[in-house]
Amino acid sequence: MTTEPKIALKGVEKAFGSNEVLRGVDLAVDKGSSLVVIGGSGTGKSVLLKCILGIVAPDAGEILIDGKRLKNREDFLSHFGMLFQGAALFDSLPVWHNVAFRLRQGKGKLGKKDAQELAIEKLRRVGLKPEVAFQFPAELSGGMQKRVGLARAIASEPSVIFFDEPTTGLDPIMAGVINELIREIVVDLGATAITITHDMSSVRAIADHVAMLHAGKVRWHGAVADIDASGDAYVDQFINGRAEGPIESVR
Amino acid sequence: MLAINYITEALASIGRSTLALFASIGRIVTFAISALSHMLRAPFYPRELAVQLLRIGYFSLPVVGLTTLFTGGALALQIYAGGARFNAESVVPSIVAIGMVRELGPVLAGLMVAGRVGASIAAEIGTMKVTEQIDALTTLSTNPIKYLVVPRILAATIAMPFLVLIGNIIGILGGFLVGTLRLDFNAAAYINNTVDFMEAGDVTSGLIKAAVFGFIVALMGTYSGFTSGRGAQGVGQATTNAVVSASILILASNYLLTELLFSA
Repeated sequence: MTTEPKIALKGVEKAFGSNEVLRGVDLAVDKGSSLVVIGGSGTGKSVLLKCILGIVAPDAGEILIDGKRLKNREDFLSHFGMLFQGAALFDSLPVWHNVAFRLRQGKGKLGKKDAQELAIEKLRRVGLKPEVAFQFPAELSGGMQKRVGLARAIASEPSVIFFDEPTTGLDPIMAGVINELIREIVVDLGATAITITHDMSSVRAIADHVAMLHAGKVRWHGAVADIDASGDAYVDQFINGRAEGPIESVR
Repeated sequence: MLAINYITEALASIGRSTLALFASIGRIVTFAISALSHMLRAPFYPRELAVQLLRIGYFSLPVVGLTTLFTGGALALQIYAGGARFNAESVVPSIVAIGMVRELGPVLAGLMVAGRVGASIAAEIGTMKVTEQIDALTTLSTNPIKYLVVPRILAATIAMPFLVLIGNIIGILGGFLVGTLRLDFNAAAYINNTVDFMEAGDVTSGLIKAAVFGFIVALMGTYSGFTSGRGAQGVGQATTNAVVSASILILASNYLLTELLFSA
C-alpha cells in the first residue's frame, strides 16, 4: 500500500515576464519527513515555497496537499509555520506578541497573559530567556531574531513547517545551533518540513531527503545519505562548492 | 523616412505611457475595492484602528495646527490689503473664515497629512514588504489587507474631518490674532462678523472634503507600500509616489468636490 505524500508538486511552472523561474517542477514530500531544497541563487527555491503557500500563483501544474488540490488556503495555513530568511518579525510588536501572533487572532484567541506565558515557553524551547519576550525585535541580534522566528513558526505546533535559508547571515556556531534546533523541533512535532538553503552543513543536519533545483527543474532528488554519491555532476559541483563544472558561476 | 520613424516612435511612446497610466488606475481602483470590501467582513482589528487613529489623527495635530495658524494670519493680511483697494477691509473676518473652512483648511491639512502620514504609511508597508513581513502575516493566517490597509484607511477617513475642524478653528484664530493685533479690528466685531457670515454648509462641505482627502492619503500610502520595489531605493520611490500621487489626487478631487458641492 502506498501512502499519499503530504505535499506533491506536479509540473509546476512559473514565469515573471520573460524570466521562466520554474519550468515543470515535480516533487513529493512524505508526511513527517524533512526535505531540503538546494540550488544556486535565483534558481526559484523561494518562488517554489511561495507557490506552495499560494502567495505566488503558478502558471501551470498542480500542487496537492494530502493528495488534494488546496481549496481552502486558510485551513492549510492554520496548521502551518514558517521561518523566513530575515526572520520577518513585526518591528512594532514586542517579541512575545510576535511569537503568539497567530494565537492572538480569531475566535478562540488567547488573552494577553496566556499568550505571554505561551511565548515564554516557546522562547525557552529555542534557547532564549524569558526577558527576551518583552524586548522588541530591533533590540535583538540576528541569531536571536532567527530563534524568535523559529519560536513563532512552532507556536501553534504546526504539521507543516517551511524554513527559508535558516542559517543565512549567522556565524557557524549559531548556524549549528539553529540547525540542531530545527532538527529537534521537526522530530518532536512530527512535522513535514521543507527547507531551502545553500548551506551544506544545514543540509546534512536537517534533511531526510534532498532535492536540487537547477534551471527551473528538479535536477536530483534522493536521500541525504546518497548525496555524496549522486553521480550527478551538477550536484557534485554544488555540494563541493567548486567554481569549475557544468553550473555556470556567473548567471 | 527618418521623420516617419520619429513620429511613429513618439506616438508609440505616448501610447505606452497612456496604457501604463490606465493600468495603474485600474490597479489602484482594484486595490481600493478590495480594501472597501474587507472593511465590511470580519475579522476586524479595533486595536490597530485605535493605534492608527492616534498616529494619523492626534500626532498630525501640531503640523496641521501650525500650517492653518500661519495661513489664517497671512490670509487676513492679504484680504485686508486687497480689500483696501475698494474700501472693503471689513470683509476680512468673513472671508478668512469662509476661505479657511471651505477651501484652505481641508486642502492644506490634506497636503500636510499626505506629506507626514502618506509617506510614513508607504515607507512602513514598503519596508514590511521588502523584509517579508507581509508574507509572514499571510502565513500566520492574517490577511494583510485587513490588518494593514483597512485600519489605516478607516483611521485617516475618520481622523481627517476632526483634524480639519480643529485646523479651521486655529486658522480662524490666526486671522483673528492678525486682525485684532496688527490690523486694529475690534475683537468682538471680528468674532461677530466671522460667525454671522458663516453657514453650516460651509463647515460640512469642508469636512466632506477632509474625509475624502483622508481616504486618498491612506489609499495611496498603502497602495504605494504594497507595490514597493525591492531595497532602499524601492521603498524611497514608494514614499515619493505616495506623497506625489496623493497630493495631485487631493487637488484634483478638491476641484471636483467644489463643483459638486457649490455649483448649484
